[in-house]
Amino acid sequence: MQTHGWRKYISRFWMTGVFGFFYLPLFFLITFSFNSTRQDSVFTGFSTRWYQALVHDSRLVDGFFLSLNVALLSATLATVLACLAAFALVRFGQFKGRTLFNAMLSSPLVMPEVIIGLSLLLLFVGMERMLNWPERGALTIMLGHALLGMAYASVVIQSRLQEMDKSIEEAALDLGCKPYQVFFLVTLPNISQALVAAWLLTFTLSFDDVVISEFLSGPGVTTLPQVIFSYARRGVNPSIYAAATLLMLVVSLAVLIYGIQTARQQKAATRLPLD
Amino acid sequence: MLFEQDVRCLLACSFDLKTFLTSFNQLVLQRGRGLVLAVPWFWLLLFFAVPFLILLRISVTDMGEGLDPFAPLVHMDAGRATLHLKLANYLSLLIDPESGWGETLYIESYGLSLKYALWTTVLSLLLGYPFAYFLARSSPKIRPLLLLMVMLPFWTSFLLRVYAWKGLLADQGLINNLMIFVGLVNEPIQLIYNDVSMLIGMTYVYLPFMVLPLYANLVKLDDRLLEAAQDLGATPWKSFWMITVPLSRSGIVAGSILVFIPCLGEFVIPSLLGGAENLMIGRVVWDEMFSSNNWPRASALAVVMIVGIVMPLAWYNQRLARKVEQELS
Repeated sequence: MQTHGWRKYISRFWMTGVFGFFYLPLFFLITFSFNSTRQDSVFTGFSTRWYQALVHDSRLVDGFFLSLNVALLSATLATVLACLAAFALVRFGQFKGRTLFNAMLSSPLVMPEVIIGLSLLLLFVGMERMLNWPERGALTIMLGHALLGMAYASVVIQSRLQEMDKSIEEAALDLGCKPYQVFFLVTLPNISQALVAAWLLTFTLSFDDVVISEFLSGPGVTTLPQVIFSYARRGVNPSIYAAATLLMLVVSLAVLIYGIQTARQQKAATRLPLD
Repeated sequence: MLFEQDVRCLLACSFDLKTFLTSFNQLVLQRGRGLVLAVPWFWLLLFFAVPFLILLRISVTDMGEGLDPFAPLVHMDAGRATLHLKLANYLSLLIDPESGWGETLYIESYGLSLKYALWTTVLSLLLGYPFAYFLARSSPKIRPLLLLMVMLPFWTSFLLRVYAWKGLLADQGLINNLMIFVGLVNEPIQLIYNDVSMLIGMTYVYLPFMVLPLYANLVKLDDRLLEAAQDLGATPWKSFWMITVPLSRSGIVAGSILVFIPCLGEFVIPSLLGGAENLMIGRVVWDEMFSSNNWPRASALAVVMIVGIVMPLAWYNQRLARKVEQELS
């Protein structure tokens, strides 16, 4: 049932309003990243000085590379762990301690990040005293992000595994594949899209996280969101607007490429039966 | 330094020797399966269970002497070990030595967190329900584009989007200037560092969490039900309230939980958009830990927070499972 008459106008009005609400801050960030003065209420003229300032701000640049490294590692670790966990939950039936396993796996989804950060900090402090390892810094941040990311990644991978046709795996077993061969040759290729989605999700989670990093970082180690957070509390800094604009550009491009790719694949898939 | 012993003890207990041994046996018997299970088990026990037990352990001791952040749990006294469990930290959350029962900073900040989380949920529902409804009714041609437009801001940094509101809501900011220009107000009104900025920021960030589950639910609504209601003489308004809303109840509940829970522990938004009075519990935990260096009290606060969030969710889950069972039988 399509909406008709005046209801159509209400629908348009409401959607425009909410989309306006969604996009107002983004337009604000983009516009004032090109402002010629530090002001962020009046546009005084076009300039790219904040982009130059951004490139020369070593704290921001160092933070960016640290965040990139942490996010790459933690996303990979989280996806591998989540893949194993999801596989166990979906394919192994009732194993010992399944309820506890599932509860521990998904709790970070509902737990405030402050608590995840605090409890991991206490663990790392304890371990450091006992074993002199690990020193708080990039490694501990990476482990914290991986714990959080694993919870999200396993949701994505579990739903794909449940959808997947089990008979393909059974057929491979019947034809003499060893279980590990089935996993690597049949299961993994079948869930590869979910793995990519999970990896991207955990990457963004890590790249964007400030709370867990604030708890787990050590002296001299600050991720990009931490640098932004500390600047943001001090006041206006258009370099941050410039960083935001660049980030949005990258994300939009990635979404665009992904969208075109998926559309092309779908087209190819619909064309297949005719060939 | 007895803390190390505690940790070692906790590590040993929580590894649950039996599970470990069975995993090991399986490893030998059916190598693959055991290995697949053992790795995530080990990870979750080390980084989830053990930290939680340490949190519990620290929450029941005093602050330590000298540089020690907390006192040992077991005192060795002339060859006799005594266990020291203190509930003082939990009591101090409830009682203030000066103003008495229930008048503490902690109770106040728990109350404020609940208040903001509740208001954000209500606002998100009011804004998000019609939005999700119209989205589900939009023509299938533009729907994927509209959905993408909902998700796109979601993929750009959360921190930066909150930061943008700081500029927008400032006294000399865009919104105040616009209101003066239109003639709505004569001089800038305070929009930032108060309830207004807190609620705008939190609703802004968590609205997609409400819209997406609602959309997923509403898009599945069977049009024939609405047509039948129309044939039987119901006005669109009446069939909306009697059919659409009741059928979308699970979406409303899911969206509300997804908004309410993260709002409770929010840390970044009160730090950037809130003033000194908009103290939320996440911030209080942080201050206890790093400003007051009172580890036991920070731990006790965290434990109370876990109980306050996990217990209701577990209860809800159980109720849901029971309902599904009833429907099946």
